[in-house]
Amino acid sequence: MSKNLEQDTIEVFINSLAHFYQQLGLDEVEIGVPYLLDSNHPIVEDYTGIIGISGRRKGCVYYTCPQALLSYILLAMGEKDVTTDHLCDLVGEIANTIAGNARQAFGAEFMISVPVVIKGEPEKVSLPKNTRCVVIPTKWKFYQSIIVVALE
Amino acid sequence: MKRLMIVDDSMVIRRRISRTHGLDGYAVVGTAEDGINAIEVARETQPDMITIDLTMPNMDGPEAIPVLASLCPQARILVVSALSDKATAIGALASGAHGFLCKPFTDQELRDALLELAQD
Repeated sequence: MSKNLEQDTIEVFINSLAHFYQQLGLDEVEIGVPYLLDSNHPIVEDYTGIIGISGRRKGCVYYTCPQALLSYILLAMGEKDVTTDHLCDLVGEIANTIAGNARQAFGAEFMISVPVVIKGEPEKVSLPKNTRCVVIPTKWKFYQSIIVVALE
Repeated sequence: MKRLMIVDDSMVIRRRISRTHGLDGYAVVGTAEDGINAIEVARETQPDMITIDLTMPNMDGPEAIPVLASLCPQARILVVSALSDKATAIGALASGAHGFLCKPFTDQELRDALLELAQD
């Protein structure tokens, strides 16, 4: 993959997440400098939604964030019932939306799985080997979240 | 009152769509978390309007839409999905859906999409 293509790929996911926040009225998302992650040591926050990618590209994309941010997003969606079930569901839905929106750029052969949700437990996140894993750190107000893109 | 069925594997999205429509003259007559469940619920409730996600476990939207369109020929089907490429939208319309709303959506966008469908 050329450097430019990689930058374009990262930008697609940044735009997807920024759009998700904007649609909820959560403007001013700060995007940090992307960096590479050792696939043997995935980073996770409290809740993680993982989407498997197949078709023309292979690998996975995951979104991980602290409970406080997810709770805030639930409330912004009008959901007053902030339960663990809803937090798990929401983190999967955010991951699904970020990956699904990427098809606008990558086309229908960028195939996404249903989300797998993990609460804590970084050892349960399995990243593809021999693949560059790019971490995109994001911040909204005091809340950090991360998108990890691991695509061949 | 329009009879609405909501099909999405996300409970948060099902509840969000339910809340939006409670204000606008829609009665939610059923919800389903995948295509198989949607077919059962549609048989029982005969909705006028269906919102359906595409990426779901067990039976996904593209498989379920033609069945739902045949079971409930009166129903207008709105796809509500994060899959935002043109080919997917065209494919959904070709298989029996009547409209497409991309996730993430605002409450206003959802209202507008359903209103437009109801008026077609």
